[in-house]
Amino acid sequence: MSTTEIDRQWTTRLRKRVAGKLPPEKLLPDTQPTYVSSWIYVFGVTTMAALGVVIASGCLLALRGPQWWHTSSVGHFVNSLHLWSVEIFFFAMVIHLWGKYFMAAWRGGRALTWMTGVVTFLTSIATAFTGYVSQSNFDSQWISTQAKDGINSTGAGAFWNVLNSGQMLMWHIVLLPIAAVALTALHVLLVRIKGVVPPFEKTTEVTQ
Amino acid sequence: MRSKAFRPDVDAPEWKGGHSPYDIIKEGTIALVVVSILTVLLSVAFGSPDDPSITIKAWSTNAPMDFATTALSELNATSGSAQYGAPYNHASTGQQLGPLTLAKWIGVRVPVNSVNDYIIDPLRSLPKQPALTADLSQWSSASGSTRAGWVKDYSQAANQMQIVNGQLVVNATNAGPLPVMMADLFQMARTGALDQALVTQNGFYTSDYTLPLLFLADGTYLSGIAQKQHLTGDQWGMMNETGNYPGQAWLWLYTFWYQIKPFNASGNGDVLVWGLMMVLSAGLLLTPFIPGLRSIPRKTRVYRLIWREHYRSLP
Repeated sequence: MSTTEIDRQWTTRLRKRVAGKLPPEKLLPDTQPTYVSSWIYVFGVTTMAALGVVIASGCLLALRGPQWWHTSSVGHFVNSLHLWSVEIFFFAMVIHLWGKYFMAAWRGGRALTWMTGVVTFLTSIATAFTGYVSQSNFDSQWISTQAKDGINSTGAGAFWNVLNSGQMLMWHIVLLPIAAVALTALHVLLVRIKGVVPPFEKTTEVTQ
Repeated sequence: MRSKAFRPDVDAPEWKGGHSPYDIIKEGTIALVVVSILTVLLSVAFGSPDDPSITIKAWSTNAPMDFATTALSELNATSGSAQYGAPYNHASTGQQLGPLTLAKWIGVRVPVNSVNDYIIDPLRSLPKQPALTADLSQWSSASGSTRAGWVKDYSQAANQMQIVNGQLVVNATNAGPLPVMMADLFQMARTGALDQALVTQNGFYTSDYTLPLLFLADGTYLSGIAQKQHLTGDQWGMMNETGNYPGQAWLWLYTFWYQIKPFNASGNGDVLVWGLMMVLSAGLLLTPFIPGLRSIPRKTRVYRLIWREHYRSLP
C-alpha cells in the first residue's frame, strides 16, 4: 500500500485532523495563561464534577428500578444524592454561564463554544424536568399535570407526552443524558481547542 | 496577511503574556471530591421529598363529592380534558399564539374520549354483574340523541347529588342506565379498581398514566393539596416541589411570567410564555451575534472584577 493511499484513508485524515486541532498538550494542558486566575473559573469544573455525581447517583438509582427509592431507606438516600447533585450542578452551571457572559467568552472565534454551552444548559433543564415528572410520587403528578398545558400549547405535546411516565423516564435516563453528556464533551473540547478567552484589552486591529 | 478593524465584542487579542503551571487532572479530582462530599452532606442534612402519589381510590374516599362531580363532568363532556382540544380531542381550538393554532395544526395524537375512557370502558372491565351488564348494553344500543337526553336528565338531577352510606345517589327518573352506571363507577373508584382500569386499557404492562392524571387534574382534590403545599402556578409552584426544597429553581424566569399580566390573565397564557421563552432562549444562544447584547459585558466592566488580578498586574 502506498503512502499516498494511506494518506487518503478516512482514518488517517481524521487522525491528522484531530491531532492538528487538538494536540495532547492542548487536550491535557500543564500550563495556562496567567489571566486564568479568578474564582469564576471554579464553576466550570464544578459543573463537570457535579454532572459526574449526578450520573453516578442516577446509575445507582437505576440498579433496583424506579420504585426502589420509595420503599428503601438506602434508595431514598441515593435519591437524595441525585437531587442534591442536580442542585449543585445547576447552581454551578448558572454561575458559570453568567461568568462567561460577563467575560464575553464568545470572543476570538469562540461563538460555537458559547452556543454549545447554552444548548447544554437548555438540554440539562429538559433532563431535570423529565426527572421531576418521573419520580412516581405526588410531585410528579402535580408537575406533569401543570406542565402539560405549556408543552401542549406549542403542539409538542402530541409527540412528547409529559403524562406518559414511561416516555418521560426513558428520555430522562437515556436520550437526554446522552445528549447532555455529548454536548458537554463537545463544549469542553472546544474550550480546549480555542483556549480560555483572554481579557479585554485596548487593541485596535486584529490580524487574520 | 491582511488586517481589519478590531471588534472588541467579537475579536479577542492574542495573548502574549506568560503562563503558569496548571494541573487539570488534579483540579478535576479535587472538584469531584469536594462536590461528592457536599452532596453527601446536603443529603444527610436535608434528604429529599417523597410525598406519596394521589390515587383515585383516595380521591373518591376523601373527597367523594369532588370525585362524583368530576365523573359527571366527564360524562357530560364539560371537564377540562373533555373541552381541551388537541392533542386529546377536537373539542376546542386550544391556545393560540396570535394567528397560530399550533396544537390544533398538529392534531389529536393522544386521543381521549372522556365518556368512553373514564366511564364506559372501566365499567366494562368489571366482572359480570347482571344489572350493570344490562345497563351497559342499553347504553351501547341507544342512539346518540337518546344518550344525550339521559346525560342531560342525569346532569340536572345531579344538582341534588348525595353520598348515602358510601353510595352515590342521584334521583334521576329519565336518565336510563346512568344512575346505576355512575353509582357503580363510584364504587369502583372507592375499591381502587378504577385506578387499575385506567392504566390497563392498553394491556397488562403499562407506563402511560395519561388517563388517570388527566382525570385527577379535572377535579379539585389534587389542586387543593397542591395549594396547601404552595405549588400552584400563581404561587411560583411550577418550579417548586413539596416541602422546603429548592425544586427547579432554574425555571424561575419561566415561572415569573405566569405571575404577571398579560400572561396570567390570558387564555393563551401558556403559549405566550413559551413563545417568549423561545425568543429569550434564542437570544441567549445567539448572543455572540446580537449587537448591543454582546456589548453589555464590555460596557458594564464586570470583567474588571473577574480579571482584577490581571488588570492589577498591568503597567
